[in-house]
Amino acid sequence: MPLSISLIVNGEQKDIALEDPRATLLDVLRDRIGLTGTKKGCDRGQCGACTVLIDGRRINSCLSLAASQDGAEITTIEGLAAGDDLHPVQAAFIETDGFQCGYCTPGQIMSALGLIREGIADDDPERIREAMSGNICRCAAYQGITEAVIKANARMRDTQESQS
Amino acid sequence: MNLFEYLRPASLDEAIAAARAPGATYLAGGTNLLDLMKIGVQTPRTIIDISRLPGLDRIERLADGATRVGAMVRNADLARDADFAANYPAVAEALLSGASAQLRNAASLGGNLMQQTRCSYFQDPHSACNRREPGSGCAALDGETRNHAVIGWSDQCIATHPSDFCVPLAALGAVVEVAGPGGTRDLPIAQLHMLPDATSPGGTTLAPGEMITGLRLPPEAAAFRDNARYLKLRERTSFAFAVVSVAAMLRMEGDVIAEARLALGGVAAQPWRRAEAEAVLAGAKPGDDAIAAAAEALMAGARPSGDNAHKITLAKRLIQKALHLAAAGTPAVMPALPASVFTSEPAERGEPADV
Repeated sequence: MPLSISLIVNGEQKDIALEDPRATLLDVLRDRIGLTGTKKGCDRGQCGACTVLIDGRRINSCLSLAASQDGAEITTIEGLAAGDDLHPVQAAFIETDGFQCGYCTPGQIMSALGLIREGIADDDPERIREAMSGNICRCAAYQGITEAVIKANARMRDTQESQS
Repeated sequence: MNLFEYLRPASLDEAIAAARAPGATYLAGGTNLLDLMKIGVQTPRTIIDISRLPGLDRIERLADGATRVGAMVRNADLARDADFAANYPAVAEALLSGASAQLRNAASLGGNLMQQTRCSYFQDPHSACNRREPGSGCAALDGETRNHAVIGWSDQCIATHPSDFCVPLAALGAVVEVAGPGGTRDLPIAQLHMLPDATSPGGTTLAPGEMITGLRLPPEAAAFRDNARYLKLRERTSFAFAVVSVAAMLRMEGDVIAEARLALGGVAAQPWRRAEAEAVLAGAKPGDDAIAAAAEALMAGARPSGDNAHKITLAKRLIQKALHLAAAGTPAVMPALPASVFTSEPAERGEPADV
């Protein structure tokens, strides 16, 4: 008997019949809902490419059964920009060259947003690097990523968007 | 991943009843279980999702001064709880030194205690492993042993318990609350993880169908809040398991140690705590001689299980460093790199800021 789950993804309700309970949240986002911005890297919680926000908290969507998230509010990379207006974290990544090939970038951006909302980023590069260690960048854009977090944090603090 | 039946019971009683099914297992945060299922090391036939069971997500200060933490409290939430972190700073530091921010947001207290060893031979279904397949042997004995035990091991198994969190919990004498088909019981954390012996590879002492529902830190555990550290040596500064780690906590009276708590991670199949080592420090001043004697006492009986004799030296040095830092006082703020011996801030090294 298929499991029926309901997710709020980027503000939109999605009712999904799961024929197979093995589906992870990552699989459902990509293959059932068609949101392929969230990437499958290692699929074992080690690389961070699959990072999304669940009820505002960053987690690895590859290590969560979709069935466990029934009723949850999910934010993916597709849910950040307002039309053509980039989210402050997206804009900061572009301005600081916080990527090269771009494969890890959706996960980096979602992780950075989660970190800023946790309110522990300060502007200390060492704390930011530690807090971002769950996101691996094969191109090693770490310097730009750290700068992007500092920049976005400052901007969101100024505009109080971190409260939204 | 094998196919399984997914159940999400509404109550603890329902969950425990469901766990009678053969091959049933509890699912909490999923960060360890799903990973092991993906590589075929665990193959449960029924998954009982306990992540939403009511009443398991609270942190409470009890009337007698003890603290109770529910099994579904996530690692990050416990470490960032201001009251908890102030009273048990080494526990918070240990939690924040483990895994990544994403994993700490998902991983639960109960799951951390029940997590499997990270022995690479346990994780490889093609290797002999007495833990995974009793009687098949231990491929680690002649293998790569950097992350393996140097104390309390046997030829049955040389794996270590990988938890950071459990190390200060053991030092503080935490009590694990267990529920199962036979009712509820309290279990001292020292009795949760069994060492291997001549015939058994070790593991946990929970019976089939039993579940951890919470954990209590006894009233006296908060008395170590002013002199507590957790230090961890690892292959990289973040997101790596311990090669060796130490929880060191002191209750000072003036310049004398009234009581000491000391436990090691990364060296045995359980957090390694020995009363003799703590007794060496009680009544002493935290000087080099007493601290070195405590390190020797804690490591008494250590022997390499392979090419890992260096871990014995590392452990003794790290115990001494952690005790000196604990004596200097708990850092006023959580270090930028929790549990790291590397830091850019002199105060965190126990040095005055103007050095």
